[in-house]
Amino acid sequence: MGNRIIKIFSKFYMLLIFTFLYFPIFIIVIYSFNASKSNVLWTGFTMDWYKKLLEDENVIIALQNSLKIAFSSTIISSIIGTTGAVAMYKYNFRGKKGIDLLLYIQIIIPEIIMGVSLLNYFSVLNMEFGLFTLILAHTTFCIPFVYILVKARLAGFNSSIEEAALDLGAGKFTVFRTVTFPLILPGIISGAALAFAISFDDVIINFFVSGPESTTLPIKIFSMLRFGLSPEINALCSIMLIITLFVLMASQSIRIKKQN
Amino acid sequence: MFKKIKKLDIFKIVFIYPLALWMVIFVAIPLIYIIVISFAQRSASGEIVYSFNLRNYTTMISPLYFKVFFDSISLAFVSTLLALLFGYPFAYFIAKVKKRWRVILLLLVVIPFWTNSLIRIYGWMILLRTEGIINHFLLAIKLIHEPIKMLYSYGAVLVGMVYMLFPFMVLPLYNSIEKMDKSLTEASKDLGASRWKCFFTITLPLTMPGIVAGSILVFVPSIGLFFIPDLMGGGTVMLIGNLIRNQFLQARNWPFGAALSIVMIFVALLLIGVATKLLGKKVDLEVF
Amino acid sequence: MMKKILKFVSLMLIAILTLVGCNSKSSTKGSGDKVLNIFTWANYVPDSVVKEYEKKTGIKVNYANFSTNEEMLSKLQAVKGGEYDVVICADYIIQVMAKDKNVLMAPINKDNIPNFKNEDPAYLDQSFDKGNKYSVPYTLGSQMIVYNPDKVKKEVTSYADLWDSSFKSSLVLIDDPRSIIGVALRKLGYGINETDAAKLDKAKEELKKLKPNVKLFNADTPQDSLISGDATAGIMWGSQASAAVKGNPKLKIVYPSEGTTVEEDNFIIPIKAPHMKNAENFINFMLEGKISNETTTTTEYINTTTTAKPFMSQEYLNNKAVFIPAEDLIKAMHILDIGDTAKTYDSIWSEFKQQ
Repeated sequence: MGNRIIKIFSKFYMLLIFTFLYFPIFIIVIYSFNASKSNVLWTGFTMDWYKKLLEDENVIIALQNSLKIAFSSTIISSIIGTTGAVAMYKYNFRGKKGIDLLLYIQIIIPEIIMGVSLLNYFSVLNMEFGLFTLILAHTTFCIPFVYILVKARLAGFNSSIEEAALDLGAGKFTVFRTVTFPLILPGIISGAALAFAISFDDVIINFFVSGPESTTLPIKIFSMLRFGLSPEINALCSIMLIITLFVLMASQSIRIKKQN
Repeated sequence: MFKKIKKLDIFKIVFIYPLALWMVIFVAIPLIYIIVISFAQRSASGEIVYSFNLRNYTTMISPLYFKVFFDSISLAFVSTLLALLFGYPFAYFIAKVKKRWRVILLLLVVIPFWTNSLIRIYGWMILLRTEGIINHFLLAIKLIHEPIKMLYSYGAVLVGMVYMLFPFMVLPLYNSIEKMDKSLTEASKDLGASRWKCFFTITLPLTMPGIVAGSILVFVPSIGLFFIPDLMGGGTVMLIGNLIRNQFLQARNWPFGAALSIVMIFVALLLIGVATKLLGKKVDLEVF
Repeated sequence: MMKKILKFVSLMLIAILTLVGCNSKSSTKGSGDKVLNIFTWANYVPDSVVKEYEKKTGIKVNYANFSTNEEMLSKLQAVKGGEYDVVICADYIIQVMAKDKNVLMAPINKDNIPNFKNEDPAYLDQSFDKGNKYSVPYTLGSQMIVYNPDKVKKEVTSYADLWDSSFKSSLVLIDDPRSIIGVALRKLGYGINETDAAKLDKAKEELKKLKPNVKLFNADTPQDSLISGDATAGIMWGSQASAAVKGNPKLKIVYPSEGTTVEEDNFIIPIKAPHMKNAENFINFMLEGKISNETTTTTEYINTTTTAKPFMSQEYLNNKAVFIPAEDLIKAMHILDIGDTAKTYDSIWSEFKQQ
């Protein structure tokens, strides 16, 4: 009896939270059809903003840039964050505490400070500002997130399986590939998902290390504030949302098909 | 024998060096730059004059700046607490769902965050403002007679903060909960422990790494997160994030901004250190 | 399973690296000479105008954005005055840049910009750049009071009026320290670029008395709260005031009797601009009457040329937010650089917010 109540409550609670998470998104989608430019009054239904969006070269380019940067930094930071987490978990070495400290500091550092210091750094190194500098910066602030999630997953890890495999003659890399990796995979995936989100949304750092041809979407959006956010952006968010949900459902149905 | 040692080295190198090198090159060195300019001074025209002095730090010793730090930290603390309170049951329930649904549900939590955060906050503002949708609805069903002033309040700021940082709490929690060895809870129940006792003595301690990881991933960024209090709270409070930003964008006093950042980093590290020590006493913390 | 992931990841890496490799240097749009790099706020040069320019000249425009003048300055310093061809920014930052020992702006060669004569002399030769050595006016922005006569029973004519207790918790102010401290200084009869410590102290006290009336600060969309009713009066820039009236036609616009604050945005050419000729050509194009009108009609800022007037629509001519009457223009002041006193302004602002 108690079990049933808990089950019902749990479903209700999850629904509540998802409503909380998606309600504002729902509003954004609705307002993408708003005839008025302002985000305050609803004055009528229109598809104009979607049309305007597809014609707005600047926004499309900014979007492409943001996606390229987010994908690249997510992959690189996932690799570095994961390998680093495994190493820090398994080994003790000189400078270990220092690296730990730097990881924390990276999360704490106010973005504007990081942006300014990287700006000067790249400038002194005479690097050309563009996608490359952006990817370097984004990877840097994404790594700690992947690291912490993978490390938390490793905590309390039962290493006896690993040891058994080693005893049976498997090489260290093989053990990692077949034993450790599958176990930490959920941590890596969630870390990567978060890293993508952070990278895609970043404004402040982007501004400092981008070049004339590498405007990213968040910069464009924040810079539009001076004139009021255009519902074009609402339209953009709606489209992106639909695409991601679509990809998610497609991948799930492929998975289910495979299982059957 | 020789071969084995060689293999060990390569594995260690491949796994340690990328992280170590990256942190040193992209975090340590820029950080040194910041520390250096925190001891510099602002020239009359807003440039940096490299003459060593402690004035940036001594200026901070005043009720004005203490309050700024205090307000920022308390907001971060309350936001983290709320995120934990609402996030833990949520992560717990997801971990209990049928296996193939779990990943979908988790991704559904993160997907909103692949759209721009500014827009999502504007979405909340539309919902909460005096002539907003929630008020319209409540008035329509006659639950209230006058619109509730929800926006531009501390409550609205908390809603925004928790909203923005929710996945950072849920994901680590989920990872920790899902990984937990179910046989332990089953055994304790078999031995007659009540549901609550089981939770407090087994589940909670075992998922502590997740709680700590989630709390840090929420607490730390929220100290510096100022655009949410600005938008949802009407910008009527000066927080450390605003203050630092003002040094770079208004006062053009980079040295002071750098000094504020160093102190902020220091205070945050201190708080994390204290928290981990307190919690670490009870459980075997291996998160960091 | 593992192999598949590795395959996927390595393919992605290769794909990304090739993409990045292709794009990192001067690839995206245009090549060689037919390029123009603009650097300013987003949508400040209307899309239609950019497209017209591209069509007319065949030059590809790269439009980079910043949200504040200080960000622009730090970027320009980092690229040592290169990379960008035309920058549109505020007057006071031009003043700051001119004081630098390594000036990052190129002197404007008026011979190469014949349409310079279209500029209204009232906006030229300002104190931040005497003789327009480095700058060419683009538009003027002015601050004004906007209030809702339905909810505000008295007539509002000055900044001082806003201190009245009837405005408790109902004002929206732009989140700009210089502007708002300037309001307090004006109320006391001082200038907005005051550096005298005693006078600034008095301004600080005035602000303390104002704080209870402030409902919210909003740098970018103060009009929203006026339209939605969360605030009943506020101080904001012209384009924001215009948006407010569009949202609620009953709202009234008033220039304060003490005198308002204006900001003139100008074109400047960075000293190492890679496409100097195109920059001059572009500025010339922007000063044409028809184009200038198109710009200010879209952005809703004040036009600085004399030749745009014949093209202006009736709606624009009737929009109070985009004209500043002569008597108010004379009283208006520009925000200028105040050197080290910026630190005092910063602590006044911090204290004001703490109230």
